[in-house]
Amino acid sequence: MASTTGETLAAAEPIADGRTEEGEEEQVVNPWEVSAKGGKIDYDKLVDRFGCQRLDESLIQRFERITGRRAHVFLRRGLFFAHRDLSDILDAYERGEKFYLYTGRGPSSESLHLGHLVPFMFTKYLQDVFKVPLVIQLTDDEKCMWKGLSVEESERLARENAKDIIACGFDIERTFIFADFSYMSPPIYKNIVRIANCVTGNKIVGIFGLTLEDYGGKFFFPYIQAAPSFPSSFPHIFSDKYSKLRCLIPCAIDQDPYFRMTRDVAPRLSYHKPALIESKFFPALQGESGKMSASDPNSAIYVTDSLKDIKNKVNRYAFSGGQDTIEKQRKFGANLEVDVPVKYLNFFLDDDAELLSIKEKYGSGAMLTGEVKARLIEVLSEIVERHQRARAAVTEEMVDAFMAVRPLPRMFG
Amino acid sequence: MAFTKDQLLARLQELKIEFLSCDHPAVMTVEEQAKYVGHLGGALSKNLFLKDKKHRLYIISALANTKVDLKILSQRLGLGKGGLRMAPEEALPEILHVALGSVTPFALINESARSVSLLLDKGFKSQRYCLFHPLTNEVTIALTPSDFDKFLLSIGREPAYVDLEDCPVVGKDNPPDLAYLVPAEALNLPGGADKVPPTSAPAQTNATLEQKTKQPTQKPKEPSKEQKQKSGKDKINADAVADSTNVEKFVEKVLEKVSNVFIAELSKQSNAVDGNIKDHMLEGVKQRVSSDLLSMTMTLKNSVYAQGFHAGMESTLYPLANKKIVERK
Repeated sequence: MASTTGETLAAAEPIADGRTEEGEEEQVVNPWEVSAKGGKIDYDKLVDRFGCQRLDESLIQRFERITGRRAHVFLRRGLFFAHRDLSDILDAYERGEKFYLYTGRGPSSESLHLGHLVPFMFTKYLQDVFKVPLVIQLTDDEKCMWKGLSVEESERLARENAKDIIACGFDIERTFIFADFSYMSPPIYKNIVRIANCVTGNKIVGIFGLTLEDYGGKFFFPYIQAAPSFPSSFPHIFSDKYSKLRCLIPCAIDQDPYFRMTRDVAPRLSYHKPALIESKFFPALQGESGKMSASDPNSAIYVTDSLKDIKNKVNRYAFSGGQDTIEKQRKFGANLEVDVPVKYLNFFLDDDAELLSIKEKYGSGAMLTGEVKARLIEVLSEIVERHQRARAAVTEEMVDAFMAVRPLPRMFG
Repeated sequence: MAFTKDQLLARLQELKIEFLSCDHPAVMTVEEQAKYVGHLGGALSKNLFLKDKKHRLYIISALANTKVDLKILSQRLGLGKGGLRMAPEEALPEILHVALGSVTPFALINESARSVSLLLDKGFKSQRYCLFHPLTNEVTIALTPSDFDKFLLSIGREPAYVDLEDCPVVGKDNPPDLAYLVPAEALNLPGGADKVPPTSAPAQTNATLEQKTKQPTQKPKEPSKEQKQKSGKDKINADAVADSTNVEKFVEKVLEKVSNVFIAELSKQSNAVDGNIKDHMLEGVKQRVSSDLLSMTMTLKNSVYAQGFHAGMESTLYPLANKKIVERK
């Protein structure tokens, strides 16, 4: 017995794997696959198809006005580029109404690359400027279901990933990290079942493209990813006073389907719809053909890479938009559209003036590929080094403390 | 979003609250008001908008004839002698969204007034009608006490009726009887405040930490000089707690200290380096070193918290562990 709202959503739901009516495969963007014909993701089409909104200049200025400081480089350079109901969150915040942040990671591998860190780096910025609490979900159960990992292995990976997440610099006074296997408990389980009672199997099939051949857990998991959007899932953090607290979810845009479903359910359970702020995919070193892949070590810079590795990867594998020869380069300049080092600098080089200068010189031919790559290596090395130092300082006790079910009394302080 | 008179009246109608309404020229005193609405046969109210030393706000709504002694009320609230003053003028438009002369319990319909405590004269309960301004002093409305309660409940308020003329002696054996009416949180006047929904549970005066949100730098209104002086001391206490765990502020202070000393040393060494270059160098240094310092400081904070957390866990479990050993022996 589906409610009318549910049915409307199912009708409007984009076909799960991105096929057009003619059966042609355009681009495929879902939580388990990202690929596009011709390599380049059309984000405009994606935003249209999903029905979210573009994050425009006026919203960025609003961020700066409200927070009193320059917007994060990922916002300024359009890496976080889409949203749902972000204005509502900002409106409410200006009125004095708080919100909390919710993000997560599927711990499928021990090795994290920079693309994995992107949502966490941005979430840390949001936590710092708005001074709000954050919950981080490690979906060890999901990886158990989808990747066929054993329960124990998933749990182990979740804990290892937690260390890298902590190294991003989250404030323990207002951060709660939890893994599904260890956090499952009455409050969150009850919410999961409440959510499950609002979404039919048909809907799940429509959103996620599952079939009856898939294991049943996969049908159930979306409810688990939805539940942290509701504050009552965390009674140790959110007392009755905060029972209707708003939620903002920073994530990559491939997670949108989970939260479309959650937003549809929220009003039926008398909650605010969670708001979203979504990022593009970080380009792989070899170019704009999809997400960085954990299975191809040369497609990305890993947080465990040494300075030598970074230098090697950038020099050998980063796709260059520069010309074949120095003479040609000086004459015609580089193709900035496809040049990966420039794209990376776009997101990791904070200095606007320097970035502009590099683009001008490289585009006109005054600068060579080697020089741009050298600058990128510097920038990336600094980031990776800082991360490694912070990671080395994360002890098992610190992980236990972040994951302890404890109140966060100064979470808005 | 400030409520207008019409919005308020519409809300009363939604709640099926019957009221009589009377327009009149703007009135600034109860005597003036009586001239125009005395015929309604209801009890006129005098409404005081007050604040205490910790910037918590109160509306005292009393029958016109009730004697309201602020000194006694201050003690009964647990604020000591002379703890209650008139609220600053700016708070009227800022918090209650009403003009001078229009203070009314109905102003609590505004979100901004969530932390304002309301004390009602118990004398209202026996009146046929109570008369209040509906957010403007150019109108008076009359409604029954039970309908008035209905309105208050609809905005999440538990009506608190008090014998305002009672003067109990407050002392060691007689705790302040109205202490439960002191708001849980103070409002940062003017501008951003940590908004807390009103709780019907009593709030203890001493137990709460004042939490002030960080003011965005572009807020146009400046606190008045009087507020700056008064709030100075309280602000120092509240901010000290927040500051001591604030990583960004810590790094800022460290960088500033180091910069100042470095500049001083540099100047000693060579007068040739001019001010501009020094500033430039400083900015450059700060930019390059900030990210690392912030990361290292956050690591320290998290490590220290983790240790404290485990110490707390151990100390709770320790007596239990000990007990077991003793019993086994």
